[in-house]
Amino acid sequence: MSSGVIQDIVYVIALIGIGIPLGIYIYKVMTGKLTWKPIAALERFTYKVMRINPEEEQTAGRYALSALTFSLFGFGILFALNMLQGYLPFNPEGIEGTSAHLAYNTTASFVSNTNWQAYSGESALSYLTQMAGLTVQNIVSPAVGCAVLFALIRGFQRRESRTIGNFWVDLVKATYYVMIPLSIIVTLLLVSQGVIQNLSAYVHATTLESGAEQIIPMGPAASQVAIKQLGTNGGGFFGVNSAMPLENPTPFSNFVECLSLLLIPAALCFSFGRAVKDSKQGRAIFIVMLVIFLLALIGMTMSENVAAPQFDGVAQSGSMEGKEARLGVDTSALWATATTSASNGSVNSMHDSYTPLAGGIQMFLMMLGEVVFGGVGCGLYGMLAFAILTVFIAGLMVGRTPEYLGKKIQAFDMKMVCLVILTPPLCLLLGTALSTFVPTITDDFTNTGAHAYSELLYAYTSGAGNNGSAFAGFNANTVYSNMGIGTVMLLVRFIPMVAVIFLGGNLAKKKLIPASSGTLSTSNAMFIILLLLIVFVVGALTFLPALALGPIAEFFKTLPTLG
Amino acid sequence: MKEKKINQSIGRDAFAQSFKKLAPRTQVKNPVMFVVYIGAIFVTVLYFLGFAGMQEEAPWYVLTIAVILWATVLFANIAEAVAEGRGRAQADSLKKARRDVVARKLKTADIHSEYTEVLSKDLKPGDIVLVKANEQIPMDGEVIEGVASVDESAITGESAPVIRESGGDRSAVTGGTTVVSDWLVVKVTAKAGESFLDKMIAMVEGAARKKTPNEIALQILLVTLTIIFLIVCATLLPFSSFVSELEGAGRAISLTNVIALLVCLAPTTIGALLSAIGIAGMSRLNQANVLAMSGRAIEAAGDVDVLLLDKTGTITLGNRQASEFLPVEGVTEVELADAAQLSSIADETAEGRSIVVLAKERFNIRGRDLSAANAEFIEFSAKTRMSGINLGRDEIRKGAADAVKAYVESKGGTYPQDCAELVRQVAEKGGTPLVVAKNNQVMGVIYLKDIVKNGVKEKFEDLRKMGIKTIMITGDNPTTAAAIAAEAGVDDFMAEATPEAKLELIRKYQAEGHLVAMTGDGTNDAPALAQADVAVAMNSGTQAAKEAGNMVDLDSSPTKLIDVVRIGKQLLMTRGSLTTFSIANDIAKYFAIIPVLFASIFPQLEAMNFMGLTSATTAILSAIIYNAAIIVALIPLALKGVKYREKPAKTILAHNMLVYGLGGVVAPFIAIKLLDMLLTACGIL
Repeated sequence: MSSGVIQDIVYVIALIGIGIPLGIYIYKVMTGKLTWKPIAALERFTYKVMRINPEEEQTAGRYALSALTFSLFGFGILFALNMLQGYLPFNPEGIEGTSAHLAYNTTASFVSNTNWQAYSGESALSYLTQMAGLTVQNIVSPAVGCAVLFALIRGFQRRESRTIGNFWVDLVKATYYVMIPLSIIVTLLLVSQGVIQNLSAYVHATTLESGAEQIIPMGPAASQVAIKQLGTNGGGFFGVNSAMPLENPTPFSNFVECLSLLLIPAALCFSFGRAVKDSKQGRAIFIVMLVIFLLALIGMTMSENVAAPQFDGVAQSGSMEGKEARLGVDTSALWATATTSASNGSVNSMHDSYTPLAGGIQMFLMMLGEVVFGGVGCGLYGMLAFAILTVFIAGLMVGRTPEYLGKKIQAFDMKMVCLVILTPPLCLLLGTALSTFVPTITDDFTNTGAHAYSELLYAYTSGAGNNGSAFAGFNANTVYSNMGIGTVMLLVRFIPMVAVIFLGGNLAKKKLIPASSGTLSTSNAMFIILLLLIVFVVGALTFLPALALGPIAEFFKTLPTLG
Repeated sequence: MKEKKINQSIGRDAFAQSFKKLAPRTQVKNPVMFVVYIGAIFVTVLYFLGFAGMQEEAPWYVLTIAVILWATVLFANIAEAVAEGRGRAQADSLKKARRDVVARKLKTADIHSEYTEVLSKDLKPGDIVLVKANEQIPMDGEVIEGVASVDESAITGESAPVIRESGGDRSAVTGGTTVVSDWLVVKVTAKAGESFLDKMIAMVEGAARKKTPNEIALQILLVTLTIIFLIVCATLLPFSSFVSELEGAGRAISLTNVIALLVCLAPTTIGALLSAIGIAGMSRLNQANVLAMSGRAIEAAGDVDVLLLDKTGTITLGNRQASEFLPVEGVTEVELADAAQLSSIADETAEGRSIVVLAKERFNIRGRDLSAANAEFIEFSAKTRMSGINLGRDEIRKGAADAVKAYVESKGGTYPQDCAELVRQVAEKGGTPLVVAKNNQVMGVIYLKDIVKNGVKEKFEDLRKMGIKTIMITGDNPTTAAAIAAEAGVDDFMAEATPEAKLELIRKYQAEGHLVAMTGDGTNDAPALAQADVAVAMNSGTQAAKEAGNMVDLDSSPTKLIDVVRIGKQLLMTRGSLTTFSIANDIAKYFAIIPVLFASIFPQLEAMNFMGLTSATTAILSAIIYNAAIIVALIPLALKGVKYREKPAKTILAHNMLVYGLGGVVAPFIAIKLLDMLLTACGIL
């Protein structure tokens, strides 16, 4: 067994082993079953300052309004920080404000939990913008996702209720009990491995190589890295993200960061099972995600190892282009699979340089709607939308109005589910298509032919999946791309989110139908297979033509050289 | 022979209808097919633009695609028209019953009062009419005087006449039916255009057919899929032109091919058949002689998981039969049988007759002439709850235990302990005990047995497997009810049921989230009928019951409920299965079209053409021909409904997934390959 396979197995075991207790913990804190005095005091203080009555229950409309207001508020602050950072403190390098379109793009990107970076962190943003702007969004944007997930879960839990909880309470709990404590743990682990954490000015060093001067960027990297991994954010402190030794110095730091990518989204599956009082339901969803993840991982690892004959006989076999020599093919493939499964987007290798099929798999994982683990909260609520769709089709086949977890699925629910499922592919395809009409777009590619198209497709796929990773050969920092991708990121984040809140609100209003032998089981092997098929078939039917012109064509073009 | 003729006329009718349905107004109602419709128009325009020099594909090819697209639209219309056809034929025969007749409108509610002759369509609710033998009842109404036998075959198809009389549960008459003998004074309850017959005609014609909730939900899904595929196909134009520029090879795909691809991918199979499936479901219900007041009710029937079934007629044969004579101490069985026979000789009820029969079978006690013996028959009344005979000095009574006990004690006799014991034993076995007394002495007990129908136990077992709970409703006491419930294998029972208790029971189940179905006929059933999710009123029942129910069973058969559930489930299953089939089909269509679609830009994609299709032309033609033909091929299935079995959800799902899911993946691969071979053989390249 190769070290790569062992690493993958250890990874999955760790994911499940930590994911289950973490999931139960999240369930308990989010439902108020577990509190800790110091945090509870902080919570009360926060409610007082924000003038929130934590006992107040919200309808779907109010919940959605709160979530949107909060995000809009965050948008405003971050946009201002980006534009005005030149006049603000914590800016030892004297970095100026960004252009308005880049500020829009960056702000949209971080508020939507995408962390698409059209800039390079060390050269475009001050410490203040990074910490007070990006880090804050990195913490709260996953918390928003987590909150909305619990609003949906309450839809399943409650019967004949008009309300689905209080957004502010969910947000505060997710932040104080989940995001911050976990970030602290991971930060400490990373610092122990040598990830930098300071506010120093950049270090100037003279290299041995013909005495050239090198500037080594500094900064509070460890805390940023921890939250970017945990919160499915992905925006690196440094431009090259976790391929940078200062962000990711050791094999252990790599493992911790890679595990953090999927940890919360995986754990939430188990929280969900607990919350609906049937652990099997959470397990079924988790298995579906895990199976797709493993298929992608196998595909990507195989492609990287086998489908790059140019590298045969080079020290390490497999496609080493664009990969850190210290990490190697298998480790990079694991990270790439995890980061595109979760809507994270942090990288430790250049996705642009992957073999065509591996690049295609990365895109396909994002195209599935970022439901294979996906973002914190939103990955699971996206997958639950697919589960409802599956239940709808399968439920009809057994001759009953479909029901999921005892809730009847009717026209309004289907409308919301369709909005969740429809929005990302529409934005993705339309965004890419519109870009092809931009006359100057061909100047932004470093590649030609099908791969140039793949780079463009990847950019919008990443935006439409709220992922944030990139085929970096495409220069996205142009007025058009900043606006286009920025808008896509906002649409795919907030349309499904609002739809999910209203779905939860509508489900909460319904009665609970008792299960009988005529009820379709949503936790057995049959359902798991069906859900897998539906997610896969919907994704494939939607994107096969687009992929055929890019990665698939590239693959078949390289086929002859593979012998 | 006659059936064949009807089918032929339905076929001709459907063909004509399918062209009429090409009107945009009709097409826009079905969004999926509307996209095909627009596509067909578009390609037709492209064909003519070809003559103006704007040619992107060979004219014959564009024309062929256009023709196939129009055929696809027509096939969907045909499916709907055929489904409607059966209903229209039925409606035509109903319309014959709805002719205007001259009615005798009475001044007052008295048969002898003066009358004026008015046309039935001018009658208003509240008018009072007299209908004599061999006359048609002009309008729905309530009998206020008279008893008559009425031929209701125009509505129910049942040729045996039924009795209609004033008061009680048989007072409702329906306009269009005919009085066979005697006369009736009827108070009109409906006005022209809103009668039962009018509603029936509207329902079977499908004019009043609204989309049902579930159909709407499915429609949303289909529209979503269509939008996705619309965008997928629309964006392929810029994508392919962009890539061909970047690659410096090939050209963008043609508009004709984009539209062909769109039509292939859109869920046209289910889109075309969806409305036919709904109409056919309604039609199947009509064929079972049940009239649904809305399509919603049929769907609800599929969801029902609690059935309230009346014991009598559904679970047991209508009548109880005497099966044993159980004398008290000091009385012989023969003496008891003799007294019982005497008390029942004039009793025309089924129970009474069965006592006479049993006495004859067991002891050869025959009927005797009592006219000389100064006999006086005492009829059963709700007050005394006894019947019997006064024969000379002897008074013989039979009746419920407590009634006879009171009777004997009032005469100074005593009610023996062993009689109470016998009564208890009979009740425990599920029987009905009838106590017989002669003067002030109790003779013994007649064991009336409820005969549980053949096969009901298995039926309930099947229903249980499907997750449907059966609850027996009976007026019997709890002991008797429990015994019969156990014998019939129902899940639960309600003894000594009153209308209020029934209503309460329904509410209780609904509060727990269940959907409840019941049948009823009496006016006192009306509140429970109105509360139930699926309420089948018997056609023989009162007007109030019929109005409270959302279905009317023209046969007035208590077992109909089970059929109604079957039809409801089958309707949903058919929709689900064909949706699955439709989506599964797309996989093969992709493998047929995608490799060849971009062949000019990337000849290497040919490697994906593992079906070995000849060329882009044959591949796309085969796919869209298949797409059109499958609609026609599936019309019979849409009309008949998918196979229905009473099995647990898991089994049904596995079966349907295998047939329609896996079948839906495999079938088009084979069909498209065959079509491609055929086209190639015809010399099309």
